[in-house]
Amino acid sequence: MKNQKRRDFLKTAGLLTAASCLPLNLVELAFADDSKNFTFAYISDAHIQQIKGNKFVRNWDRGLSRAVAETNLLNPKPDFVVFGGDLAQLGKKAELDHGADILAKLDYKTYQVMGEHDYYLDLGEYWSEIFGKQYYSFNHKGVHFIVLNSILTFDEWTFNRWGTAEQRMNEMAGLDNPNGSPFMVGEKQRQWLKKDLEKVSKKTPVVVFSHSPIQKIYKGWNFWTDDAEEVQRLLKPFDDVTVVYGHVHQIQYNQIGNISFNAVMATAWPWPYPKSYSQNKAYVPKLTVPMNRANPFHERDATGWQLIDINSGRVDLRYSLTNNSNRTVAYNPLTGQPEDKDFQEKTKQVPPQEHY
Amino acid sequence: MSQKISISAITIILIGIVVVAVLQADEFTEKDQQRWQNEYMSVVAKGRELWVSPDLGSNGVACAQCHPNAANTHPETYPKFQQQLGRVIALRDMINWCLMNPSEGEPLALDSREMVAIEAYVTYERRGVSLEPGKH
Repeated sequence: MKNQKRRDFLKTAGLLTAASCLPLNLVELAFADDSKNFTFAYISDAHIQQIKGNKFVRNWDRGLSRAVAETNLLNPKPDFVVFGGDLAQLGKKAELDHGADILAKLDYKTYQVMGEHDYYLDLGEYWSEIFGKQYYSFNHKGVHFIVLNSILTFDEWTFNRWGTAEQRMNEMAGLDNPNGSPFMVGEKQRQWLKKDLEKVSKKTPVVVFSHSPIQKIYKGWNFWTDDAEEVQRLLKPFDDVTVVYGHVHQIQYNQIGNISFNAVMATAWPWPYPKSYSQNKAYVPKLTVPMNRANPFHERDATGWQLIDINSGRVDLRYSLTNNSNRTVAYNPLTGQPEDKDFQEKTKQVPPQEHY
Repeated sequence: MSQKISISAITIILIGIVVVAVLQADEFTEKDQQRWQNEYMSVVAKGRELWVSPDLGSNGVACAQCHPNAANTHPETYPKFQQQLGRVIALRDMINWCLMNPSEGEPLALDSREMVAIEAYVTYERRGVSLEPGKH
């Protein structure tokens, strides 16, 4: 049974590889009952950036367009696509419209996650106009999916500190800007989440999509959600919980209690690991084997997509990387944590994995 | 008598020269150091300004967009063999590569104040890290 699943899975992965490697993330959910298996794709962090008028930064456009084209070639077809936030760079209507136009070419139902770059110009107003609710849940083939808007922050920062909406957007857009403010889900949404989860059996696999990590990695770059512990507490009673997040533009994975954490790649550009900033003590979850940065001269270096496979309710990710060796980060039921299939052991890591 | 006076005068003058010489050669004050540090930090600040500026290139893409806190620039490894260019280059060559490619702009003159400021900022963010020229 298990072998059969693996063969099927490899077949899927093979097809995907044949379709070449692009910045999107395909998710496969595999249950003991094969009829419940399904896949979905995950595209994130496109950062569509307007230069002026109808001119946009070519590099970021191409990252997203390529992901969309590739997703449409997937066989078997994914059940749906998730876009993980930061469709725009500075929250402009022109950027959201242009990004939505590119995403509209997807042949699948698409779920949207809010990113801070989409939000802080008009506090999500235009985004909601085109995409709808900023947080919601849905059920799909036995899995309860939750989408959170995790990039909110203190009211004082949002409403009282900045002279103009543009300034507020610019201050939040700078990842390393000391004038920024920590992300949070917030009390109102946590109340909603609590109520939403009351209806869900503890045995139902729960998958959460958020833009920021619902864990604390590095505050200086907002690899961080301020009320992460409170959200984790609400998810604790469930047997199988996975949080899939964007924002960090890099491979990260972690296990906290019953919750597995997996980050997805950006279609736009990769970010350094916090530890590469030498002036701060910054940590990446100990488990994470860093992504490779073999050739920064290549436009799509360290961008990619994931194929995610849920075994008994746990998500495994296959990162298919345009310009780097593919990676598989899979939940290991023996150790109870996600691990890289090939590179987890120090001795098996290759020089650029040191991320010099 | 007059000879004695002149000897004393010469001695005093000599001592004076020695004292002045000591002060000139290797003494400076905390105030001096503070001023020099401030001068340096003002150039670092200018570099930071350029680093986050959307106007350095032509498409609005700032250095900081990909390199928060100038991370992943590893200035301590330059000069090094840049395999994509096939030769040994300095950090400033890479800065210009980024300006011309992801930022789709014009290169800076290698000895321009802007280039010095950017280098000052990048190396300041990496202070304390051992030099490892040539490392990959």
